[in-house]
Amino acid sequence: MSLLFRGRQKGAESKKVGRLQLFLMFFTDHLRQAVNSLGELWRAPFAALMTIGVLGFSITLPSTLYILVQNTEKISEQWQQASEISLFLHTRVSDADAQQLIKRLKLWPEIADVNYISAADALVEFQTLSGLGDALNYLDTNPLPSVVLVTPTSKHASPTAAGFLLDKLRKEREVDIGKLDIEWLERLYALLKITKELVTMLAVLLFFAVVLIIGNTIRLNIMNRRDEILVMKLVGATDAFIQRPFLYTGFWFGLLGGIMAWITVAIILFWVDSSLEGFMRLYQVNLDITGMDMRSLLVMLATSVALGLLGSLLSVKRHVSEIEPR
Amino acid sequence: MAFLTGHSGAGKSTLLKLISIMERPTVGRVMINGHDLNNITRKQIAYIRRDIGMIFQSHQLLMEKTVFDNVSLPLVIEGHTRKVIAKRVDAALEMVGLSDKTRSLPITLSGGEQQRVGIARAVVNRPPLLLADEPTGNLDPKLSMEIIRLFEDFNQAGVSVLIATHDLGLIARMQYRTLTLKNGKMITDGLDDAQEDERS
Repeated sequence: MSLLFRGRQKGAESKKVGRLQLFLMFFTDHLRQAVNSLGELWRAPFAALMTIGVLGFSITLPSTLYILVQNTEKISEQWQQASEISLFLHTRVSDADAQQLIKRLKLWPEIADVNYISAADALVEFQTLSGLGDALNYLDTNPLPSVVLVTPTSKHASPTAAGFLLDKLRKEREVDIGKLDIEWLERLYALLKITKELVTMLAVLLFFAVVLIIGNTIRLNIMNRRDEILVMKLVGATDAFIQRPFLYTGFWFGLLGGIMAWITVAIILFWVDSSLEGFMRLYQVNLDITGMDMRSLLVMLATSVALGLLGSLLSVKRHVSEIEPR
Repeated sequence: MAFLTGHSGAGKSTLLKLISIMERPTVGRVMINGHDLNNITRKQIAYIRRDIGMIFQSHQLLMEKTVFDNVSLPLVIEGHTRKVIAKRVDAALEMVGLSDKTRSLPITLSGGEQQRVGIARAVVNRPPLLLADEPTGNLDPKLSMEIIRLFEDFNQAGVSVLIATHDLGLIARMQYRTLTLKNGKMITDGLDDAQEDERS
């Protein structure tokens, strides 16, 4: 350890600290300083709570939005009929041929269900619905084609997969025109994508603010303990040793803020869940809002801790080295 | 053991600060035991200071921490175990005669007692070099003498002691080498044959 007096023969006794002990004491010190930092927060609970609150709420907002986006995705998955494909057959195709086609299509792994509306059926339906009833009787031939309605399996219901399936179906000899009612689904997905990006941007901005706020709080802590830091430096404390308690303060801010965000998110979800129930009934969809799973909870806590540490690290690097005994 | 004297502003404190690298020389070099302090990097300063016990006129104690915490600070920083720390702190406080004040706060102690806490802290990690800046600054002569006697004891134990003071009466009573500074220059280095071997 001693730089100046390495191998000093005698005199002031020089029982220095051994490597193993140094290693062990490193952890003991860490533990002690971690607990001390927590104790310090406990002693000024109001100030600590404010900082933790800022962190907690800043993380709550993007987390909640993230969960909403995730759930919207889940809802949209339920509306499979969105990617129902209508195949209009050539008029020359007979009913028997159409049945053949349906039998073939039912074997495709991508297809969940196939419905057939024959030209005659379509005409009857059109007559009743359009109100053109009698006028249509003057037609020599039925102008309407037979229609095969194809419902893809959930795996192939996404806009792109359904698109591929449509292309494949168009190649069938009997098919004249294939149509996929996909546009609104594409819009929904685009909207979700934008929302996701917005959430990310919002999160980044908030995280940035959190880092600054934590940094400033730690800076004030450092300034308050200026005298102590001076004395520690005078008796030979390294910067790392002095920085550690402040880093632990940042760590605790992060962890406690994360836990707070977790609780807040849970409350918000509980709230939203009850008001969503009525809405769900209207649309005849079943949906349990998925809250935080273990993974996203861990990600949230880790993010929070990382933000706390980053904020304190930035502050500590700048300000601890600034304080030098004069 | 040596004294460093001179009028205020002569550079006593500056010299001590140069030795403890609180300031860096603009010209010249500071050598300790053959090491040039100019070659010491910022990161190494902390380790240099662990070899130098420093005592200040203003004590530099942490007023909201107990005497024990104050004195144990250098040992905690070096990473000693609780047991060793307790033993050594007790020994250091015993030396300065403050064994009964372990749990007191420095603020409740008298000036002389605070100074002795500072001394205990300076010697608790047994540094080979002890610097004292006006250690008797605002103490009465009897207390001053006691403190100088303490320094003599450390010197006996093999610690080099450098005391900056303008208390010429005190210096006159002690037969030690005296360095006199004036305007930043040494005007007498107090070195004569009789005292040469007192230098440690």
